[in-house]
Amino acid sequence: MRRVSKGERARIRLTLNGRRMAGEAEPRMLLSDFLRQALGATGTHVGCEHGVCGCCTVLLDGTAVRSCLTLAVQAEGRAVTTVESLADADGTLNALQQAFRNNHALQCGFCTPGILMSFTDFLARNPKPSEAEVIEVLGGHLCRCTGYAGIVSAVLEAARSTSQHPNEEGAKQDAPARTR
Amino acid sequence: MKPRPFDYARPDSIEEALALLSEHGDEARVLAGGQTLIAMLNLRVVEPAILVDITRIAELDLIREIDGRIEVGAAVTQNRLLAWSALPRTLPLLAAALPFVGHFQTRNKGTVCGSIAHADPASEIPLALAVLDGEVVLRSRHGTRVLAAGDFQQGMLTTAREPDELITAVRFPIVQGGVAFREVARRHGDFAIVAVAALADGGNGIRLGVAGMAERPAVRRVPSEDALQDAIERLAWELEGYEDIHASARMRRDLLRRIGPVVAQEAVRCAA
Repeated sequence: MRRVSKGERARIRLTLNGRRMAGEAEPRMLLSDFLRQALGATGTHVGCEHGVCGCCTVLLDGTAVRSCLTLAVQAEGRAVTTVESLADADGTLNALQQAFRNNHALQCGFCTPGILMSFTDFLARNPKPSEAEVIEVLGGHLCRCTGYAGIVSAVLEAARSTSQHPNEEGAKQDAPARTR
Repeated sequence: MKPRPFDYARPDSIEEALALLSEHGDEARVLAGGQTLIAMLNLRVVEPAILVDITRIAELDLIREIDGRIEVGAAVTQNRLLAWSALPRTLPLLAAALPFVGHFQTRNKGTVCGSIAHADPASEIPLALAVLDGEVVLRSRHGTRVLAAGDFQQGMLTTAREPDELITAVRFPIVQGGVAFREVARRHGDFAIVAVAALADGGNGIRLGVAGMAERPAVRRVPSEDALQDAIERLAWELEGYEDIHASARMRRDLLRRIGPVVAQEAVRCAA
């Protein structure tokens, strides 16, 4: 049984975007804060901290979850995937990101990392979604700039482009390590 | 906001979890999906001394068919049940209701039993359990209790669970007949203002369940034909509804009058 006392800083090991990482966290530290403060991965944004806005969405073992409704210690030994994983090392955007750019699907960009991670999971499970399905998944996010129409267009464009030109590397990254 | 400090324990077996609950009683909180609990911790609405994380207890992560019922373990997420290939055949009411539980992103982590344990009066899974007349399995170091849905959920966020008990599973009966589900919410994925579920099981009338009108789901048998509208009118006045920031009691009664008959008739058509 794993036990960590209050105030105790436990060493948490996990895989972040394919790399083994470790950092220290008290039991009460949220995964969102652990990523940003302990591991320095600030691509994940923190909005409401009670699961409503969706900014902090990351993949945990391949499935999209709110990192503000997950304790860092719960991610111990698991694979976390964040927005930092999406573009190539040289900065080339992946198909989903490029579609967001093409469709004016972001303005201030604060909510964008979470939305990208939700649809990374969703499109891996459902590569040819209907517009209604996209809108339903987008219901789990708040964006105060775009009015959402550009985001819906972007996701549908990304779905069309990836089903025509499958991106091998992206497909590998998207595959859930564990089915839940 | 951030949670107040607490101890964290992640038992590997049900026995270890029960020992912790026996030791800490109501100072402990069981953590499964955490989609309500961690939000409440962040808002400091609850301040437990210890969290007992049951998500890695393998024997709780099971969906099984036993004696005409589907047993869903306490670590099974809502999306895992929704993706289960036998769900539409065995539990069509759950297949209809689960897409309305939170969002895609929260269903990935939120558990079926967690919704039952939280017992929100407008929640979809407790409504489905009540309409299907399902059961909740509770275990402590002293033994196992199996409670009917109506005996388990006692009121607003209040259940019959004792502090040393763990909900290990819920059991949904496989029933023949037509089912239907509808809800009205401000936004898809929000808690329902009013949710209605119906089961046309071939018996006398239809089993109609309503959430969001009273402190817990209400289930009544209503006639399937001429007297249906009158029966729902009486039910609306009996349950009264309640007022919160989303809707007045009057609006709730009106929603039930409008969607109640539609859902009942959909269940009858589905059975035909």
